Parts: sequence; C-alpha cells; structure tokens
Amino acid sequence: MAAVKFIASEKLPEWIKALAGTRRVLVPVEEGGGVVFRPYDPARKPVFGSDATAPPKAAVFPASQELFSYAYGKDAEDPGKTTLALTPKVEAEPTVVFGAKPCGARGFLIFDPVYVGKKFPDPYYIAAREATAFVTMACAAVENTCFCHWVGSGPADTAGSDVLLTPVAGGYLAEAVSDKGAALLEGPYFADGAAKVQEAEDVKAASRAALGEAPDIADAPAALLAAFDDMDFWRDQSDKCISCGACTYLCPTCYCFSITDEGVGNTGRRLRSWDACMHFQFTLEASGHNPRPTKAHRLKNRVGHKFSYYPTLHEGLIACCGCGRCVKSCPVSVDIREIVQNAVARAKG
Amino acid sequence: MTDPKNPYLPEVATILETVQETHNIKTFRVRFDDEAKMAAFKFEPGQVGQLSAPGIGESTFVINSPPTRMDYLQFSVMRAGEVTTMLHGLNAGDKVGVRAPLGNAFPYEAMKGKDIVFVGGGIGMAPLRTLFLYMLDNRADYGKIRLLYGARSPLDMAFSAELPEWLSRKDVETTLTIDREAEGWEHRVGLIPNVLLEMAPAAKNCVAITCGPPIMIKFTLEALKKLGFEDEQIVTTLEKRMKCGIGICGRCNIGSSYVCVDGPVYTYAQLKALPNEL
Repeated sequence: MAAVKFIASEKLPEWIKALAGTRRVLVPVEEGGGVVFRPYDPARKPVFGSDATAPPKAAVFPASQELFSYAYGKDAEDPGKTTLALTPKVEAEPTVVFGAKPCGARGFLIFDPVYVGKKFPDPYYIAAREATAFVTMACAAVENTCFCHWVGSGPADTAGSDVLLTPVAGGYLAEAVSDKGAALLEGPYFADGAAKVQEAEDVKAASRAALGEAPDIADAPAALLAAFDDMDFWRDQSDKCISCGACTYLCPTCYCFSITDEGVGNTGRRLRSWDACMHFQFTLEASGHNPRPTKAHRLKNRVGHKFSYYPTLHEGLIACCGCGRCVKSCPVSVDIREIVQNAVARAKG
Repeated sequence: MTDPKNPYLPEVATILETVQETHNIKTFRVRFDDEAKMAAFKFEPGQVGQLSAPGIGESTFVINSPPTRMDYLQFSVMRAGEVTTMLHGLNAGDKVGVRAPLGNAFPYEAMKGKDIVFVGGGIGMAPLRTLFLYMLDNRADYGKIRLLYGARSPLDMAFSAELPEWLSRKDVETTLTIDREAEGWEHRVGLIPNVLLEMAPAAKNCVAITCGPPIMIKFTLEALKKLGFEDEQIVTTLEKRMKCGIGICGRCNIGSSYVCVDGPVYTYAQLKALPNEL
C-alpha cells in the first residue's frame, strides 16, 4: 500500500488503456462545451489540467437508475387473480474514475454515512461504491472558486482517493492510498518514484499556499440555525437565485433523489433519479402546502444542510467538498462561501 | 415488510377489501402474499408504510390498524394528488407493494397508567385510530380514555362503520363533532378546539394525542395549553412529502430531524426545539 511510483506522461495513455481492458474507466473529456466524465475512448483526449465541469458523481450514483422492474400477470391456476412480480436490479460494473481532482472523490465521503447507514443500508449505492476506485490528480494550480481548505480538505487530499497522482516534471508521482489503489499501480508503465517525492510535495505545498488562509467557520452550524427565522436575511441571500438547480446537479456531495415509476401496460420499472432541493416541487405536498415555499426557504435548507444539519448529525463533517462548482456554474453568481460567512457575521452581531 | 437487504423493494400484498369511508377517503385492507412474512411482521402504533402500486407510484400512509389485530394491515388514503387518485382506483384482489414499518411510534409504553385524550380532525383520525384501538385491546394498561373526533360534516367522517361501537363502549368516552348543523346529526356541533375546551379534560397525569389539518392543530394546541397541558404532555404526528422513507432522499427534514425516521411522532416539546419549518 505504501507504493510510490513514477509514471512518465507518455506512458499514461498506455496505463489507462490497460485499465480499460478489464473494467469501465471514466475519464474527463470535453463534451458540449464542458468537461465531463465519460468511458475511456482512445480517440478522445482526456482533460487533466483543470477540474471537470461536472464531478464524477454519476460513477457511483447515476443520474437515474432502476431500483426494480415490475410485471403484472395472471395467475395460471386462477385466471381471475392477478399477480405482481418485482425484480430488483442491484448490480455494479467494476469502474475506475481516472483524473478527478481529490474533491471529486471526497464527495462520496459525505454520501457514505447516509447511504451505508446502519439501519437501512442502500444496496445500490454500496455495490457501486465497492466496485469503484478513484485515481485522482492533485491540483497543480487552483482557481479562485476553490475553497477545499475551508472544509477540512486540500488540493492533495487523499480522503476518498485510492491513488493520488501529483504532476511533476515529465510525468506524475503515483501514490497508493488504499489496497484497491495499490492493485492498480501494477504494470510496465511505472518506475520507482522515490526520487520525485520531494518535487511532488513542493507542488502540493504550492497549491495549498495559493489558496491562502481559510476563514474561521467553526461557528457556522450554530450561526445558520440562529438565522433560521430571519427570513429577511435569507431573502437577501437568495435574491439573485433563479432556482435552476445547477448547484445541486453539479455538486459532488448533493445526494437527494426522487423515486418515480415508469411503465407501459403491465410492465415497467421504478427509478430513482437525482432531485434538487432548489425546486418548488421538491417539498410540495399533495394538499398544496409547501414547507419551503420560496427560494429563500430552499436556499436556507441547502446551505443549512451542508454547513449545519449534516455536520451536527455526522461528527462535524461538513457536507461540502469545496470544489466551487456551485459558485463557478451558477448563472447568477450565488456564492455559498459568502452566505456561510454572512451567517457567521450575522451571529456575531 | 422492509427488506433488510433492500429497503426500496416492497413486499407484494393483496387488497382483501376496501371501504369507501367518505367521498375522498378510501380504506385498503391488505395482507402480504408471503404468509410467513405476514406472520413475522411486527410494528408499533404510529409507524407508517409506503404503499404503492408499481406503475402508479408510492406514498406514505400510517398503518391505521393496530398491531393487536393482524388479520390485515389497514391504510386509509385521502385522494389529494396523482398517486392517491390512482390508488383510489384499486379494489379487492388488486396487488400493491408495501414497505413497512417505517418511522417511529407513539410512546405507548410511557403512556401506561395515564389518562388519554385523543383529538382527531378529518383524515388525522387515521393515525389516532391505531393507538386508540391498541389501547382498547390493552384497556387495563391505561386510565380514562377520551376520544374527540371531528369532521366538516357527517359525510366527511371516516370510520363511520366503527363509530356506533366506539360510542356505545362504556370504557371510553367518545365525542363526535361537525363544523355546522346537519340534518339527522345527533352529536356535537362546533369546531374541535372549542368542543375540547367544553370537554375540559384534566391535564393531571394525562397525555393528549392530536392529529389533523394544520389550522385545527394550531387552535387545538392553544386549547390544550389553556387546559394546563405541558408541552411534554402533547403528542402529534406529522406528514411531509416523502420518497425513500429511510432518511436518505432529503426532503422531509426539519433542520437535522428527518420526519421519516426520527418522526413522524413528536411531542410538542420536541417540535418546539426544532427549526420552525412545518
């Protein structure tokens, strides 16, 4: 597990190709004006420099997946009776997510306590989680939307990764973080990495230094609760929001979903699909009552969940990996960092 | 039955019979097709289930039959949205899926030895029915039991077939009320909180359990406070839009409390400690 290896840049495609021979390998590629994770295709050049537009969330938690299929039928013994058969579909393809930034893998650390819960473990998630390994790439440069250092992470965070690659002159230092990762660092593509360790540490330190100091948000859980009934505050924070939900779909830690049925005639399936708490319908009840009737209520819940309710339930773990996608991709520049800081400042008076 | 290996997979059940309670409330009595699972099924009064007809969808309802009467599991569905409208089309012999039991239960153990006052409005009577019948089946464990059940009109009153028995029993005091005078109505007329104030149950060693529409709950709480009930002596059960029912999907939370697993039953004291987002 303590394997530290070096792989030259020109060997990287060979390694990826070899990995892809026996499993699904998802790499970041350009598509539709953004960078998204898609199955490895030798004809498409992976984009490893900057972070992908969308995180690799779907590798483990598909945007839409079948929970089970159903079929109504007639009882062969008694045609006056109907039958109903339900067939669950719990399966996962062995997968390597290659070239995500560490924050993209860390997102699943937020999923884990919820989906691998003690009372109702989620078999679909667990199967996919176990079948997936993350080869992440430490950030050689940071963007002004990055704030991983606010949430206990950093540009070379290994939490959630199985292999951490760090760009160095001529290639990458490859560190196994887990046994699963060590098993991936096999083959004729690697040289010993010991001589490159210091250079890699310097790259990591430079990126971390470039982020600057993180503000003190230790009081955020209490500050957000204290602001709960201050709807003027929340209206101010959410004025710009257009409830599009882009922040939730692009978030590596947003794990909410809906369950719907789709069928034709006597057969069909039950699906679970990503849902977004920014949408009016998310909590709309059949009576017409909505506990979160305005975008101010909904944004309050999103920020409150990530920086207050979730940490309260899960030993202080903040339900945000600081990737900055919600900041960068928001069409109207809502900035979750400002909201958290505003709530903390409000509590201080 | 919640499958321990797959909490999303319902247990297939058959509707034994239905009761058209009111123009928009229909009761379904169901049994799991797997008799061994039906025999092994355990739940506590107040717990809920996800009732679904694959192809139609799934929604959350309290199991309103008590665990002391296991001939069937009863769900009473008010027609309100898409899924409930479609569910109303189902009849005896039709197949449904059930994921249960989910959520917490009424603190029925802690209520032993106490006087009980039930205050139910409309379909809010459904969760109370479970506990009411459970207590009748364990009558010696509880003190004086009173039930105040109100609906807009006699035609809006669910469980009508059972009301004569409830009214005639000597070991409970059942009071029925409707909002406005109606021909042939022999019981109380008046809004639930007002009738409750007239009944004036003594708060000492008593627990009030209430469920109904939000406006009724609001004024019932006020009435109970006037009668001297402490927040810890008032118990209610909530509803929220739910999907997973197992604390994951993220829509029924009030702050860090998930109504589907930490609720639906809360004391008024517990509710007051939560953020204000009902």
